[in-house]
Amino acid sequence: MPGAFEGETVTRRRFMVGVANGAGALAAAAFTLPALAFAVGPVFSHEQWTWQPIGPSSDFPNDNFVTRVIQIQQGPLGAAGNVNNTLAYVRTRNPAIDTEPEDQYNHWIALSSRCMHLGCPVRWTPAAARFICPCHGGVYDIRGMVAGGPPVRPLDRFYTRFNHATGLVEVGPRYSVNSELRRFSPRYPGEPLDGIGQYLYPRQFAQPKPPPGVSQKK
Amino acid sequence: MPRLPAPPLPKGLRPRPKPPGDDNGAGVADTLDPLEAGVTAVDWIDERTSLTPVGRWLLFRKVPRGVNWYYTLGSATLFAFLNQAVTGVFLAMYYRPDASGGAYESVRYITTDAFLGQFVRGMHKWGASVMIILIFLHMGRVFFFGAYKYPRELTWIIGVVLLILTLAMGFTGYLLPLDQRAYWATVVGVNINAGGPFIGPYLSNFLFGGADFGATTLSRFYAIHMLIIPGAIVALIGAHLYLVTKLGITAPPWLKAEPEKQFQPETDV
Repeated sequence: MPGAFEGETVTRRRFMVGVANGAGALAAAAFTLPALAFAVGPVFSHEQWTWQPIGPSSDFPNDNFVTRVIQIQQGPLGAAGNVNNTLAYVRTRNPAIDTEPEDQYNHWIALSSRCMHLGCPVRWTPAAARFICPCHGGVYDIRGMVAGGPPVRPLDRFYTRFNHATGLVEVGPRYSVNSELRRFSPRYPGEPLDGIGQYLYPRQFAQPKPPPGVSQKK
Repeated sequence: MPRLPAPPLPKGLRPRPKPPGDDNGAGVADTLDPLEAGVTAVDWIDERTSLTPVGRWLLFRKVPRGVNWYYTLGSATLFAFLNQAVTGVFLAMYYRPDASGGAYESVRYITTDAFLGQFVRGMHKWGASVMIILIFLHMGRVFFFGAYKYPRELTWIIGVVLLILTLAMGFTGYLLPLDQRAYWATVVGVNINAGGPFIGPYLSNFLFGGADFGATTLSRFYAIHMLIIPGAIVALIGAHLYLVTKLGITAPPWLKAEPEKQFQPETDV
């Protein structure tokens, strides 16, 4: 590299070009990076969840479902009308059919109506004792286990608890389950949780935290 | 030299009679001829920008023998995009990206109450499908005519990016009426996104603006639909057209190349 004098490694012209380009890049980054982070922020911010009362425990039989509309909390803007609603199918835990271990958060079984194929809303059909999805024919039994069709895992669930102060059953955050009804942090529909699937689809930062004292796989 | 009779012009456009008196001021009146005003304005701009050669380079270029109607599919796609841009801009004057009911209500207003609203919304809605169909026809023409080959690979690559961006426009635009079909189609679409291993769930978090469909999902899709992607599309169409103009277009493959003239040392040297 020829310099203006002996031993010069960077010519003045090269230095000035570098300074001009660097200043331009800095100025562009000064508005681009904050704007990008602003847009991507929701991916990394935990959503809040409040426990929502859904009625006294006598409302819920143990051999059939009762529907409850609950709100998905989202961000500081909060509820946005109907788009924030989701449906839970709730029944009392029945030891004869519910073989997963019992704890303080599953005395009532609250199943999400979201199909685990691609997220359409499933409907409980009492005559068949099955959940049936209108979109692509996913079928689930009374425990939410896949009975047929394309879904890759059982229906998502919500934590439930009994509030002794109000005497009402309350619904908490969503969680996903694998085919052994083992609890996982919430996943999107279409993401299997058995075998390699639980590693292909890692935990999301945005999903609400589980209630304290729950063993839930990440 | 015989002259054509002057056309019957309205009073304001007739050439001014020469002012009385001596002829020293001749020429002043000629430069004020209102018929020449347009030409003068173009000259004024051209003198300062030299845009005329650019326009000639862009529009008056040599094309190979045998070009036919299939070569107009690219222009047709461009005009479909311009239709989407113009109708979209004016739909934005009435549309309200409000997930708590305002969006649906504003689309209902456009469709049923606003003057020509149903027509303009129809142009945007059906034009979207027309644009996608034209893109695929254009792409098929380029593929089957072999026009993607050297030196036009970059034109093809930019075209594929434009196709993907247009499909993204279709996906984000589908949510905006916020009726049942729009809502559930978007839920299913974002869940399909989440099926990509490792980054899929985060991509879906980004699209939803959180873990689930929520208050900001609609405004997010609206911003992507009307600002981010259209900007990218306009820039890439510019690059696409620049390359088309610079490289020229290919002859149809069924035309035989001109037979090479044999080099004949006796006569050519």
